[in-house]
Amino acid sequence: MTRETTGQLAADATGAVAPAHSPGRILLQRFLRHRLAVVSLFVLLVLAVAALAAPWIEAALGVDAEGVNLFNRMQPPSAEHPLGTDELGRDLLVRLLYGGRVSLAVGLAAALCAAVIGTTLGLIAGTLGGRFDSILMRLADSVIALPLLPLLIVLAAVDLNKLGLPADWLQGESVSIYRIVFLIALVGWTTTARLVRGATLSLREREYVRAATALGAGKGRLMWRHILPNAISPVIVATTLSVGNVILLESVLSFLGLGIQPPTPSWGNMLTGAQETIWSQPMLAVWPGLLIFITVIAINFLGDGLQDALDPRSVNQRG
Amino acid sequence: MLAYLLRRLAESFIVLLVMSAVIYGLIGLMPGDPIDIMISGDPNLTTEDAQRLKALYGLDRPLYERYLIWLGNALQGDFGFSRIFGQPVLDVLVPRLGNTLLLMGLAFFLAFTLALPAGVLAARKPGGLLDGAVNLVAFAGISLPPFWLAILLIILFSVTLGWLPAGGMGDGSFGSSAQHLILPALTLTLASVGGHLRYLRAAMIEALRQDYIRTARAKGLDEVGVVTRHALRNAMIPVVTILALDFGTLFGGALITETMFGWLGMGKTIYDAVMGKDYNLALVGLLLATVTVLLANLLADLAYAWLDPRVSYR
Repeated sequence: MTRETTGQLAADATGAVAPAHSPGRILLQRFLRHRLAVVSLFVLLVLAVAALAAPWIEAALGVDAEGVNLFNRMQPPSAEHPLGTDELGRDLLVRLLYGGRVSLAVGLAAALCAAVIGTTLGLIAGTLGGRFDSILMRLADSVIALPLLPLLIVLAAVDLNKLGLPADWLQGESVSIYRIVFLIALVGWTTTARLVRGATLSLREREYVRAATALGAGKGRLMWRHILPNAISPVIVATTLSVGNVILLESVLSFLGLGIQPPTPSWGNMLTGAQETIWSQPMLAVWPGLLIFITVIAINFLGDGLQDALDPRSVNQRG
Repeated sequence: MLAYLLRRLAESFIVLLVMSAVIYGLIGLMPGDPIDIMISGDPNLTTEDAQRLKALYGLDRPLYERYLIWLGNALQGDFGFSRIFGQPVLDVLVPRLGNTLLLMGLAFFLAFTLALPAGVLAARKPGGLLDGAVNLVAFAGISLPPFWLAILLIILFSVTLGWLPAGGMGDGSFGSSAQHLILPALTLTLASVGGHLRYLRAAMIEALRQDYIRTARAKGLDEVGVVTRHALRNAMIPVVTILALDFGTLFGGALITETMFGWLGMGKTIYDAVMGKDYNLALVGLLLATVTVLLANLLADLAYAWLDPRVSYR
């Protein structure tokens, strides 16, 4: 006897209505079966809340994240500084939380930008076909084939002052954040574009799309209302996974001095200085990297869980 | 086949051409041209001297003209000078490409050798205990920031244990070079093994589900034969493609590893060139890296045809 019929019988016997097996519910059940993904989601929420609460934690501890105190360098953990202080005497915990804000925000923003650009281009290419499609896909293939990190390093060194951007804007502290989001989105749209284009090519031949065309739906309506909702699952999974990759890329670039510029902390640039204190205070080199690692692995497990939930045929299913 | 090869080479050439133009254009925008740097380093240089030098190096001409001159020379094999090394860029880059390929080749070989048995065994019982462990290791591998891994290995093997040098190339003797290669190679291996594990495992699970596996089992073939001769051979096809497409990622990993350990490879040279404002070196280094990656992709496509006789090239 299947579960639906048991539920029906139970409902009949008690007179209550059995919970409906809506698609959302089934998705949630499949997601909850992936225990690591559930734990990861929890870990990520805790990290995000802690990062957002950084100013209050700073106030509660009575420390100043920017306050350089050379008489207080590289202190061991204490009640005032739960993780000790860094090479300039700043509280490590609070700086880690502020760094987390930057790293998480850059990861989310760049992954979302890349996903939006990629989805739009992929939808248009798949629907229109023809020359636009072939040029765009050649471009995507070429970008995918490039050695990403050396390319980003060269691009990150471009002098923004010579690009004709407003000078007062360039003086701002968040310029390095915008720049890295832009750079990563610039090279990151290709995966999504290929995914969406592939899905669009197969979806546009389906009966329901033809029916919509017969009813007079234009190309725009077809793309956004009929094709996109059915092509979105792989995009969600790919975008989730790319948040992790972006955080890794951002940390590498910031570590190398080409990403987020100090004094704005990010988990990557906090490790730049730590390399010199390896001999005296190795823990300074451990914490930021550990947070990157935990965040990225949690995002990867989350993506894996979403994949299991959204794609029942995925390799991870048992049997 | 030949037509396919020629078309692919032509496409790669166009990619390089477009990239060189874009990067050259952006380099024109990078902080400080060589003469500005010279002026800041030498207070005795007058403005007239600077103008004369700029004319001498052709820096007074418009950007596109400079690019066309550069391109013309490059097509004849002259890629210009490196400012920080005072040598033709190819003389700097070619030996370093060798160092990079040694590091990458070693790490790729080690990662694949480690991942092959683990991935195959894990795929035999998806969801089992071994599979869970392998999956965990794979996820940890792809989530580790490689530069942090390098720091941890330095803390462990150089600072705490004092077994291995924390960086450099050694004195040139084989023993010393090998000793200096261990930590970079270990870092890059650990940074790539996660990806290898995931691809191998997924491809093996997919292959073991196929009908021909059931047929092989039904005709009484032993399990080792089923797994190695039937499943693994077919699973290798997607794995080869994905790993070759990942060559660019491996190159990125090598760049980080080389920079962390002072291993004089291509990646470190590109990074040093950017930091030292030696943009011609950075540009040619990036192009050479791209050539390497595009060639690897092409070789993978050819290997694909060799592994899968159903594939034919148009």
